[in-house]
Amino acid sequence: MNKITNNKAWFLVLPVFFIVAISAIIPLMTVVNYSVQDIFDPQTRFFVGTEWFEQVLSDRRLHDALIRQIVYTMSVLLIEVPLGIAVALTLPRKGWGVSASMVLLALPLLIPWNVVGTIWQIFGRADIGLGGYLINLMGIDYNYAQNSMDAWLTVLVMDVWHWTSLIVLLCYAGLRSIPDAYYQAAKIDGASRWAVFRFIQLPKMQSVLVIGVLLRFMDSFMIYTEPFVLTGGGPGNATTFLSQFLTRMAVGQFDLGPAAAFSLVYFLIILLVCWVFYTVVMNAGKQGEQ
Amino acid sequence: MARIDLKSLAHSYFPDPKTDEDYALRRMEHVWEDGGAYALLGPSGCGKTTLLNIISGLLTPSHGQVLFDGKDVTQLAPEERNIAQVFQFPVIYDTMTVYDNLAFPLRNRGIDEKRVDARVREIAGMLDLTGKLKQKARGLGADEKQTISLGRGLVRDDVSAILFDEPLTVIDPHLKWVLRRKLKEIHNKLRPTMVYVTHDQVEALTFADKVVVMYGGKVVQLGTPQELFENPAHTFVGYFIGSPGMNIMDCKINDGAAWVDGQRIGLSDRHLDAISKQSGKIELGIRPEFLTLETGDAAKGSDGVEVNITKVEDLGQFKIATTRFGSSEIKVKLGEDEQVIGQSGVLRFAPEWTKLYADSQLVA
Repeated sequence: MNKITNNKAWFLVLPVFFIVAISAIIPLMTVVNYSVQDIFDPQTRFFVGTEWFEQVLSDRRLHDALIRQIVYTMSVLLIEVPLGIAVALTLPRKGWGVSASMVLLALPLLIPWNVVGTIWQIFGRADIGLGGYLINLMGIDYNYAQNSMDAWLTVLVMDVWHWTSLIVLLCYAGLRSIPDAYYQAAKIDGASRWAVFRFIQLPKMQSVLVIGVLLRFMDSFMIYTEPFVLTGGGPGNATTFLSQFLTRMAVGQFDLGPAAAFSLVYFLIILLVCWVFYTVVMNAGKQGEQ
Repeated sequence: MARIDLKSLAHSYFPDPKTDEDYALRRMEHVWEDGGAYALLGPSGCGKTTLLNIISGLLTPSHGQVLFDGKDVTQLAPEERNIAQVFQFPVIYDTMTVYDNLAFPLRNRGIDEKRVDARVREIAGMLDLTGKLKQKARGLGADEKQTISLGRGLVRDDVSAILFDEPLTVIDPHLKWVLRRKLKEIHNKLRPTMVYVTHDQVEALTFADKVVVMYGGKVVQLGTPQELFENPAHTFVGYFIGSPGMNIMDCKINDGAAWVDGQRIGLSDRHLDAISKQSGKIELGIRPEFLTLETGDAAKGSDGVEVNITKVEDLGQFKIATTRFGSSEIKVKLGEDEQVIGQSGVLRFAPEWTKLYADSQLVA
């Protein structure tokens, strides 16, 4: 059989190619450009090879920020994912309670990042904030502006408040898609509550959970606005996460070379983690199917 | 295995039922004998699934009791009743292998692994799943998944009853037949009490020793396939069972005969005795198999009902003639060699197979 070859179809790809080039590839190439050169002005620039990369990768402050970031992101995931699943499991399945809880849960998601920061900045203050005042009233000396642990916890609680709803809504959607017959069959089979969760609910939530975990990983790994508004990265460097570190380097100190080099590393870390996670989870389900 | 008694059982999905229409199941007394293979036959929405879910305990009836071997289990949850149920669409545990799926109901009850293994392999053997035991269940096709569901229903050997809720809906026709025979085989071997819900009469009649026909939330007849065919207790049973179904006509009783659209149909004394005590809407029913159609020369001088023949369908092993007189349309089943000559003929009703119904209930 003769195949008809018509390469004109490739022209249809051109618009997409241009859009992707302008929106992603060209800006990214600019960053690559900065990361391997020392640029003073358009005429004065020197190729420095991997010098910037070596510099940022051996920067102690960056190591600290990276560790803080990893601990923070892991905490966010470890709290929000189980909590989200747990809340989704307890939500009503019918009646007026469904819409009421949907609206309540969606509220935090609708609030702009910097407003969330402002809300918690005021909420956590010991003098005029309800939360901070109550905690101090209980006899706990709480001050997020001075105590680094308090600051770190406040940022964490803020994120949990802001984003757990996302996981809840995703899981709830996954749970709703399970036909009643599954629960009935499980009852007949004498399955325990745990077995129902483990063998029916969790597998059916798997795909939405993967999306949820990826979104929460990327977002929390790049968190910037809320801690910036709440603590400004302090006290000390207690809440300086990678984005803020990067911004300080690029905009504060105008070290564009190292900042660009670090941007690329940052980008690769996120890409790598997401890819590994996605591949592992998706392949785990496929084992034994053949 | 157990005998199941339904005592003045009724169910309504409304909290405060008033009229009969509010009931999904009208009050009924019913006994499922130990070791019987029953088919629960009826149209969609007649309460079959409701009844099944009440027996399995997924639903608590609003009235009456369910007894297993004389013990009241009405308030017990499904897992406490020791019952197996197979649903219309396959329910499998995606992340488990076929083996683990089959073992699941046993393991949940803490049965030791040796026994589990023996049972799983035995059932897998019966259902031709042995070669697939190590596979993940999610990669299988719909009918293999449903076979696993069937297997999960059969794997426990101590269940009071196995309930099937139209289990072969998603299976393709060839395999349907194979699985149905398998179930029959398993029933002959293990003698569990089986209740098989279906709206397909062929399925019901081939599977079951006894068929329970439901209509409008009521059990209208319980009987062997033959009884349902020969002696339908309700006009619904008449036309639901049989292909084509029973011919049913409005009639009046006068002068020792039944009159349908001005034509006289002779009745026996047995009929006349019984019908004289009845009031209400009287209908006459006869199966297409028990009618004789005479055409051409044979029809001349023959006494019977004169009809027009509107259609003759040759279905290979038999023919179906559609005849008409007045406003009544009557189907007649003819042998493959019987000839139909011309557009008109004479219908003869076999008196012993002519049935009279008052308000849809069999009178004689």
